[in-house]
Amino acid sequence: MKSITRQKPFDEVKQLSESFNRIFLVGCGTCATVTKTGGIDEVRVMKESLQDEGKLVTGWVVIPTACDEMTAEVAGENARAVQDAQCIIVMACALGVQRIDSYLNKPVIPALDTLFIGLEKSPGQYVEACAQCGQCILGETAGICPLTACHKGLLNGPCGGTNKGKCEVDKEKDCAFTLIYERLKEQGRLDLMRKYHPPKNYQVIPRPRMTSLL
Amino acid sequence: MVSKFKQALDSGKFVITSEIGPPKGTDLEKMNHHIALLKDKVDALNVTDHQSSVMRFPSIGGCLAIQEMNGEAVLQMTCRDRNRIALQADLLLAYSKGVRNVLCLTGDAVPVGDHGAAKGIFDLDSVQLLHLIRQLEAGTDLGGNKLEGAVQFCAGATVTPEAEPLEPQLIKFEKKIEAGAEFFQTQAIYDLERFAKFMEYARQFSVKILAGIVLLSSARMAKFMTENVPGIFVPQNLIDELAKAPKGGALKKGIEIAGRTIAAIKKESLCDGVHIMAINREEVVPDILAAAGL
Ligand code: SF4
Ligand code: SF4
Repeated sequence: MKSITRQKPFDEVKQLSESFNRIFLVGCGTCATVTKTGGIDEVRVMKESLQDEGKLVTGWVVIPTACDEMTAEVAGENARAVQDAQCIIVMACALGVQRIDSYLNKPVIPALDTLFIGLEKSPGQYVEACAQCGQCILGETAGICPLTACHKGLLNGPCGGTNKGKCEVDKEKDCAFTLIYERLKEQGRLDLMRKYHPPKNYQVIPRPRMTSLL
Repeated sequence: MVSKFKQALDSGKFVITSEIGPPKGTDLEKMNHHIALLKDKVDALNVTDHQSSVMRFPSIGGCLAIQEMNGEAVLQMTCRDRNRIALQADLLLAYSKGVRNVLCLTGDAVPVGDHGAAKGIFDLDSVQLLHLIRQLEAGTDLGGNKLEGAVQFCAGATVTPEAEPLEPQLIKFEKKIEAGAEFFQTQAIYDLERFAKFMEYARQFSVKILAGIVLLSSARMAKFMTENVPGIFVPQNLIDELAKAPKGGALKKGIEIAGRTIAAIKKESLCDGVHIMAINREEVVPDILAAAGL
């Protein structure tokens, strides 16, 4: 699992597409299908909702993986319906939205909000797993990422708000450092928790981030 | 020059500090009144730094007011609102204006405050902030550049002796000591037996410990704190005592309890002093001191 998304309120989609009458719809067969935010079923519901608003849906497609290269081909296969449309509403994460935007010279409207990169903990329950900090410290934190699991992204241990293993911001959320402590203790590696972590480099690759892996 | 507060800590006397909450706005009358009232009764006055993530007049502003009135200020500094550049700049300003004591804090989470949508910074954490102070003292900034004129601070931090689980808290306490913390203000203490246990452990380190004294103003408040504030446990007998106080007399009872607690800590030499937090009721701190026989 990677991109965790949530549907925007329909009113927001309506407002973003206000000036367009003919719309082409795109969903994604990967992440957005698993999260039930942009799979076939959701695209169908969106199509009906738009039609109820008096819009003409010129066509729709659920691209196997909206963020990958194949998107260009799928767009080509639907060239006619895409051409007839005045805008594309994309029910994929922001990666899919940007990929589609780069292939089609049409206004692109996201119908989802991209929340985070995460894992499915239990059916329908997702947790953020990585903030792509560029310098992974999971090897010293028992595989738990304090940048995402700790509300404050602390490195050197729990803040004063930690309470019976829960986080100060939400009693339902675990305190990252109780989790890290328990796992390190279990592994007999508590010395790692005693280690001083110097200030983090937040500019490993300054934004805009790019890299060449050739 | 060693700060007056540091001298007090090193003198072996029972040190008393308290704190000032700055106003939300520019009317400083009340704050200045509290400073004038307390500055000569305590060894130092903390100024809170947007406590509970509620935007207020800044800690540094309150500290400058204390210095102007010839009091001794402890600058509370959280990592919530400033990145490492701004933290360093504020430390330079504080030092240049005569502030010599800093309390290094992580800072409360943004969503608990009154600007819930703000960006939480936390570029550094409290341990890193302590390290940073020691580095500035050595004459270089965090970027490794030489300073024209360094700083010198008595730096402290906080500890929660009754945190649950306790061990991660103690590990962090020791990291703070290694990073250069010279004194600690504890989370509110009510149960002296439990506190004595913590002190048995803490005594092995050569740092000064000031027990946190938070004024209980009613049985309801005591119950709320015990149920909701991390690491605070008000024993039931104190809650009952407050509940039994005559109508309108709970605050008086709270003052008595705080005074009694301070007197007991002093008598048993449990730790090096106390830090009195009379949240929003600074004007009763002299009464607490009187109740403690100080
Ligand atoms: S430390 Fe956390 S944010 Fe950084 S790369 Fe590892 S998992 Fe991702
Ligand atoms: S309670 Fe734990 S997870 Fe929450 S901010 Fe504090 S250290 Fe981080």
